[in-house]
Amino acid sequence: MPTKRLADQVKAPTIEEVGLYINGIFIRADSSWTVLQAARAHGFEIPTLCYHPDLPPEGQCRLCVVEVGEGDRTRLVNSCTYLVGKDLQVQTHSERVIQARRIVLELLMARAPAAELIKDLAAQHGVYETRFHIDDPEERCILCGQCVRTCREIVGVSAISMANRTPEKQVATPFKEESEACIGCGSCAFICPTNVIPYTEKDGIRTIWGRDFELQPCKVCGNYIAPKAQIEYWAEVTGDPVESFLVCRDCR
Amino acid sequence: MPRFESVDHLTQYRREVKARLDPERPQVLVCAGPGCLPLGSEEVAEAFKEALAEKGLDAKVALKSSGCQGLCALGVRVLIRPQEITYQKVTVEDVPEIVETTLVNKAIVDRLIYQDPATEAKSAHKGEIPFYKNQQPIVLRKLDILDPESLDEYLALGGYRSLRKIFFQMTPEQVVDAVESSGLRGRGGAGFPTGRKWRICREAEGAVKFIICNGDEGDPGAFMDRAVMEGDPHAVIEGMIVGAYAIGARQGHIYVRHEYPLAVKRLKIAIEQAREAGFLGKNILRSGFDFDIKVSQGSGAFVCGEETALINSIEGFIGEPDNRPPYPAQSGLFGLPTVINNVETWANVPEIINMGADWYAAIGTEKSKGTKVFSLVGAVNHTGLVEVPMGTSLRQIVYDLGGGIPEGRPFKAVQTGGPSGGCIPEQFLDLPVDYDSLQEVGSIMGSGGMIVMDNTSCMVDVARYFIGFLHAESCGKCTPCREGLTQLKYIYEEITSGRGEMEHLTLMEDLCRAMASASICGLGQSAVNPVLSTLKYFRDEYEAHIKEKKCPALVCRPLLKYTIDPETCTGCLACVRECPVGAISGVKKEAQEIDQELCIKCGLCYEVCQFDSVKRE
Amino acid sequence: MDQARLDSILSRYGGEPYDLIPVLQDIQDGYGFLPKEELKVVAKSLQVPVTQVYSVATFYKMFSLVPKGRNQLKVCLGTTCHLKGGNRLVDSLESRLGVEVGYTSKDGEFSLETVGCLGSCAQAPVMMINDKYYARVTADKVPKILKMYQ
Repeated sequence: MPTKRLADQVKAPTIEEVGLYINGIFIRADSSWTVLQAARAHGFEIPTLCYHPDLPPEGQCRLCVVEVGEGDRTRLVNSCTYLVGKDLQVQTHSERVIQARRIVLELLMARAPAAELIKDLAAQHGVYETRFHIDDPEERCILCGQCVRTCREIVGVSAISMANRTPEKQVATPFKEESEACIGCGSCAFICPTNVIPYTEKDGIRTIWGRDFELQPCKVCGNYIAPKAQIEYWAEVTGDPVESFLVCRDCR
Repeated sequence: MPRFESVDHLTQYRREVKARLDPERPQVLVCAGPGCLPLGSEEVAEAFKEALAEKGLDAKVALKSSGCQGLCALGVRVLIRPQEITYQKVTVEDVPEIVETTLVNKAIVDRLIYQDPATEAKSAHKGEIPFYKNQQPIVLRKLDILDPESLDEYLALGGYRSLRKIFFQMTPEQVVDAVESSGLRGRGGAGFPTGRKWRICREAEGAVKFIICNGDEGDPGAFMDRAVMEGDPHAVIEGMIVGAYAIGARQGHIYVRHEYPLAVKRLKIAIEQAREAGFLGKNILRSGFDFDIKVSQGSGAFVCGEETALINSIEGFIGEPDNRPPYPAQSGLFGLPTVINNVETWANVPEIINMGADWYAAIGTEKSKGTKVFSLVGAVNHTGLVEVPMGTSLRQIVYDLGGGIPEGRPFKAVQTGGPSGGCIPEQFLDLPVDYDSLQEVGSIMGSGGMIVMDNTSCMVDVARYFIGFLHAESCGKCTPCREGLTQLKYIYEEITSGRGEMEHLTLMEDLCRAMASASICGLGQSAVNPVLSTLKYFRDEYEAHIKEKKCPALVCRPLLKYTIDPETCTGCLACVRECPVGAISGVKKEAQEIDQELCIKCGLCYEVCQFDSVKRE
Repeated sequence: MDQARLDSILSRYGGEPYDLIPVLQDIQDGYGFLPKEELKVVAKSLQVPVTQVYSVATFYKMFSLVPKGRNQLKVCLGTTCHLKGGNRLVDSLESRLGVEVGYTSKDGEFSLETVGCLGSCAQAPVMMINDKYYARVTADKVPKILKMYQ
């Protein structure tokens, strides 16, 4: 599992630096960094989709690929998971890299034609239409998994996950029913890069992933703070009494 | 079975067992391997039991079920020892005659022995038959003479000899050196040098390490690992003990795919026997070394043949591969250094230790040492398992061992390496089979599946089939593979349905380039091989599908037309009964007619017609 | 939900998260499918999120969230079986049993599925009914074989 692997690699205490070459330019980077982190820290642009700095890298979109190695012994690797190394040679925009990125974007345009982000990214790469077959013109999900990872790693409840394999891979609640673990926080909707996850709020009820959550109003001003289920979760996790969360931040 | 507390004890016991097993004692070995089992080998064995009892021979003649005897096309196979007479296509009805003629009268049942398809010469003995003569069995060598559930027999054949050598005559370092010098490369497909993998793991930091045997043989057309796990499970265990000692692992796993319940059963029995004998557990043979093995089962996912996906599966997760580096040898099961090798790789290890690295390195080619087991299937007379030195040519395998193509049909292609491999055309028949040469022509060794195709195969359909398979098995994690295979599948549907365009071919080539370099794992990366190799060598077939809307090999259903010849049709109604959509009608005993509007072109009528009246064009 | 029956399965293992798949395999083998309530109990017992159990249950082809037929037919569509008419065999079975691939007959007697490779490639086309292998199954052999189960 990616979480574990990265945790193995990151050795916090000593700050050791290595020298490597990005697009022929020599830079120094912390030895625990990935090529993506090192590149961005030095102003090199590498596009990403499934990457988020606060989440363990999934390395699934393959947009952030770079070409590493020398001569005829090069290969494409994910910059979001590949660690920097001494004298590593990295090309962020070689022909092979560009070709791969363009195809990835063309494929995603076919998979999720309604996703504006993909159309924009594709246009930035000189891809304005897709030659591939479109199944669902309304689809926006690119299966980046940020929602799943956020729910699991940051919120900590793991209310949704990836179901099935390629033919029907999708983000779903268990058994496609109301997720008992969900606290209605909406973090998944917030983090989603293509605005797929629908949630609505009406008359003090937030509906997300097919489940209704009663919203808790602030005891002072009456504005809604968060779903009651989420507040109960905060209380459980912090050990503080529920009452301490019933006044909104503005009114404290 | 005693628990062996020392090598001397084991040596002594082995001597006793050998003495008990009289080599001159007549044996009847009924093949119960993957090929013969579905043909009724259990019933044949039962019949022998009764027939021998009837003749009062049951005490004198040893009756056993063996592992795969190789020439599966001509099963059920029965081997009579010590004469090494091999009978084929044995049915329950043949058994009394075999007992009477061969076991009582010491003569041969002529109609049940091998006949060369070309020369029509007959051979009764294994050593005379080209299929067997031209092999050099190391991994398969015990399969046809061993009762896989008998540890005694395994010991009598020299089993577990390597343990004395490794524990008391070699250091773990020296064991790694030996495997490295032997030149053994991973037999699961990638061909990574085994010794180097062991060395990396041995040198990785950490006291806790693991050994895994990858028994997730998922390539359709391949059943080598199944035959070894079912027929010689102790060889795998012995190899793993050597590997564990070499890298310093205490725990091993054998991951067997779910579709092989018999292999799971045999491995579990063998592990129990090995524990009882003290070959697994604490302080093996008083060496101070502890090691034990657990069997894990797959749950129906081809992608779990990929190392990191397999590891995730053992850990209780979905079988999605991880980005590498880090590689399992440094960070594998539970994040700890792990060596994972294929069944056939492990099964080679004991002999490398026993006979020495030099002996192994003398077999094969410069960069591919040793032998390889292939499952030779498809349009070839002698379908079955063969083991030949690396460097043997495709021609030798298909013709000398395989006996050529049935009904004298022309050779079209041979597909190697499973769904990740390419189709190799006639011009490369003299190619010496090894890891590098296969890669050069756009294929791979893979696990050893070798599917021969004649002119009744459509190469566009073959590629479509593999893409369909990979699409269903793709885990779905990364974009290039998941979306790429979905799009390739769609394009192949278009082409084989008569809606293909030449632009589709360019699109596929573009797509394949990206999939090959940007997919996370071998499934996506190698999915391009069937596409690119058929595009390269059989482009004319693609063009026929696209430009003429025709399938030259008469395979792609939407492009076919079935009609009934009124001259020859007898009106027997066999096709009418078979038709799933009721498209055939007519008066009984008169010529029938197929309604083209209803016909789904399944070809069932063509298959069942006894009078050749159904025409396909 | 039969707690005792589930407990007897869980007790075979150490209660660790990595026991998830063996537990699910035992439930699938014993019950013929993975019932939802049982899965929720397994999640709690092994301390894995229900979402992980659901992902695993839908990822691996061996698992089924709906009950399968009393007789399970698996037709091999491995390469050799495909080349030797495996698809015609599927057509024939679908037609005769009135079931589509991936589904179970209304009376619960037969479920039909295709598998990647059963490892008996020399005897294509191959199919399995429950634990028994049938080899070289051409369309004409189908009625006789099915009769044994009807």
